[in-house]
Amino acid sequence: MKIWVFALIFYFAFCARIEALKFHKTQQTERISGSAGDVLEDDPVGRLKVFVYELPSKYNKKILQKDPRCLTHMFAAEIYMHRFLLSSPVRTLNPEEADWFYTPVYTTCDLTPNGLPLPFKSPRMMRSAIQLISSNWPYWNRTEGADHFFIVPHDFGACFHYQEEKAIERGILKLLQRATLVQTFGQRNHDCLKDGSITIPPYAPPQKMQTHLIPPSTPRSIFVYFRGLFYDVGNDPEGGYYARGARASVWENFKNNPLFDISTEHPTTYYEDMQRAVFCLCPLGWAPWSPRLVEAVIFGCIPVIIADDIVLPFADAIPWEDIGVFVAEKDVPKLDTILTSIPIEEILRKQRLLANPSMKQAMLFPQPAQSRDAFHQILNGLARKLPHDKSVYLKPGEKILNWTAGPVGDLKPW
Amino acid sequence: MKQLTALQHQARRSNSFRGASLPLDTSADGAIKSPATIFWLALHGLCCLISLVLGFRFSRLVFFLFFCTSSPSATINLYTALQTRLPSSITTSPPAANGTAVAVDGRSRVVVGRHGILIRPWPHPDPAEVMKAHQIIERVQREQRVQYGFKSPRTVIAITPTYVRTFQTLHLTGVMHSLMNVPYNVVWIVVEAGGTTNETAALISKSGLKTVHIGFNARMPILWEDRHKMESQMRVHALRVVREKKLDGIVVFADESNMHSMELFDEIQNVEWIGAVSVGILPHSGGSEGVELSAVSREDNDKNQNSEMPVQGPACNSSNQLVGWHTFNMLPFMERSARYVGDRAVVLPRKLEWAGFILNSRLVWKDVEDKPAWVKDLDVVGREGEDIESPMSFLEDPSAVEPLGSCGRKIMLWWLRVEARADSKFPARWIIDPPLDVTVPAKHTPWPDAPPELPTSVVKVISIPENTEKRVAKRSTRKRSSRSKRKHVPKALDERVSTRHSEDN
Repeated sequence: MKIWVFALIFYFAFCARIEALKFHKTQQTERISGSAGDVLEDDPVGRLKVFVYELPSKYNKKILQKDPRCLTHMFAAEIYMHRFLLSSPVRTLNPEEADWFYTPVYTTCDLTPNGLPLPFKSPRMMRSAIQLISSNWPYWNRTEGADHFFIVPHDFGACFHYQEEKAIERGILKLLQRATLVQTFGQRNHDCLKDGSITIPPYAPPQKMQTHLIPPSTPRSIFVYFRGLFYDVGNDPEGGYYARGARASVWENFKNNPLFDISTEHPTTYYEDMQRAVFCLCPLGWAPWSPRLVEAVIFGCIPVIIADDIVLPFADAIPWEDIGVFVAEKDVPKLDTILTSIPIEEILRKQRLLANPSMKQAMLFPQPAQSRDAFHQILNGLARKLPHDKSVYLKPGEKILNWTAGPVGDLKPW
Repeated sequence: MKQLTALQHQARRSNSFRGASLPLDTSADGAIKSPATIFWLALHGLCCLISLVLGFRFSRLVFFLFFCTSSPSATINLYTALQTRLPSSITTSPPAANGTAVAVDGRSRVVVGRHGILIRPWPHPDPAEVMKAHQIIERVQREQRVQYGFKSPRTVIAITPTYVRTFQTLHLTGVMHSLMNVPYNVVWIVVEAGGTTNETAALISKSGLKTVHIGFNARMPILWEDRHKMESQMRVHALRVVREKKLDGIVVFADESNMHSMELFDEIQNVEWIGAVSVGILPHSGGSEGVELSAVSREDNDKNQNSEMPVQGPACNSSNQLVGWHTFNMLPFMERSARYVGDRAVVLPRKLEWAGFILNSRLVWKDVEDKPAWVKDLDVVGREGEDIESPMSFLEDPSAVEPLGSCGRKIMLWWLRVEARADSKFPARWIIDPPLDVTVPAKHTPWPDAPPELPTSVVKVISIPENTEKRVAKRSTRKRSSRSKRKHVPKALDERVSTRHSEDN
């Protein structure tokens, strides 16, 4: 009996070791003991059941066929999550036993020629999808969506607009006010972040990042690294609007500083350069989130997050305070002082935490899915919200949602 | 621009105002304007002046101050940098101006809308912080080396043969600085021909490395061939010291005038018993002869071989196994090679230089069990005083050499021999003491009290010391040994010239 136990333990230890070897061979890494315990390593299989609605392909497949660029841009999480759920062990074909219901509608796939998604039709698309599921299945009306979840990876989530003011004006789509939203946007006390939403990282292509890995013994010689816009001359020529002036402030204060390798260029060695830097700036842009955070975590560069009140991905599972450096927007002029006064032990500790492969796995959407990746963390987040409170189940005839609320343009059928 | 149009509108309004009031105005001259128009004109002028001075949208400031209630994040940053040159730079404007949506609850600190661009008064790096950042980077790199670099790095034992001459300081300082930057432990064995001297000892003690300074009782010969042979003997002598002291580590033959890259020292940690690296050969072109040389050889060789740098090192087949050696083809250079030290011609290396070989120090130890069978004992080799061309003579089995640096494809080491001209003159210890006065004026000096043209005999006499003084003055304080007599010569001439001056005047 004891031999079997030992054998099992060895087997699991062996498996765990293999997982660790998948990304980097690191010896000294620290385990992420997050604010919620070692939640990153939970396995959602067996803890929840998800039923995937069968929507007509005009909501998902046809849209993707029209524009396959949706598979590679930073909003691709909605597509990959759908594919993952279709073949995942948490999927159930019996809706009676399902804990969560998923509606595969690709709202962020209407792209401009430049590749930016247009959100103007998304509210109508979402509304049409909800009308469909509420009329064909009884599960929506049972709870008015409280046990349904939707993936809305757009700039401001379910507010469906890229401009913050307009997004706030619209607010979250009224039909979704009881559902759980899985989104990339997160900012405290903001209209477009509902209580109980799950924040996820934006999609970053795992294969592409893998091919740009350099040997970890390459010495990190850049102190602070950033590549991107400081002034959005097209939309905000005066400055002060884009990024709430934070990026412009970074540029004006540190363009002469040799420690700061910042510019607007698009080098081909962008990923390699990140692996040679100690700190990577992740300032807000038009929205507070960006794929830079994911890239910084993958490449072991300590993220310096300059976005007031931002809610980072899987914030209840990952101790971001221990891993990254948070700088208030008003403190940007003192950024060099702040960064150089961090004690060296803390910097080394942050690097050890970043080197932990489970940290990197949690930020990625690999195909096919691997254990402890972002897909599983989303399921973990959903599992943590179970069991549903009895009060979400409505009595027959009870109606909470107002189906005609919202801007008039949304009521047009899609 | 918008402001201008707004003001134009205002102006037009005031014009129409005037136009409207004119017919009402009974007085025909129209000189008396109503106080309202005067007031508006005055206000207009004042606004113009203020916006001209401040350089931003004054109207917004007015709106903000009068109409908006204070929002929670109303930090008015008046970093009024009065630089009105570019609109994209430095001006600030007050936050959350009129009409923009404020984030929902009063609880949120974050406000949507236009914010000021915060710039501190002195946006330049602070040297203390730069220093701290470099220390952080250095510590991070050290940690990286510990984690991802070699687990137990071995000591680097560098063997350098040297002797006292003009360029000794130049070359030795170069090697010294390379070794000081090596991130591993270093033992530096300096073998000096002609016995140990104080100058060399003082120079190498500045390195801060662990040094072993041994003398070799023979003077360095003048001819290059003999010099190569003697250097080999000096290196074997150093290996004997390694054996006696039982120094453990990796032996590198760091010749003085060679150039080593830091990657070399990382790569040699991989050596097991004896390794070989590729050495780039930089034949010294001592002036026009060298240029001629390369031009001629380019004509000769269609394949353009000589425009590439010749490389000595291991040659491998596709499965990265040692199959042979790249050596230096000396034939094109044979007629013009330097014969003696200080000759103005190319100095050629031998077929395989010592510098390209890396040994595990245990190979030369006595009585070590795990020494491989194919290595000859140090005493056996060179006993007869025969010339040991390269460490290959230590091996019975030449295929045991491990090719390093991705099988010789990477060049991390460059070989060069440069020596001063045979008749070069320099002051003792590279110090001019007492410092020279300008007592021999140049012919074309602009100074007004220059003496008139000196008689030709005097000119001839003083031309030689002038040359030496110039050359001497260029070389700033470097230490040098012997040849102290030269110092006195210019001084003596100075005295003579100054007496002549006094005679003239």
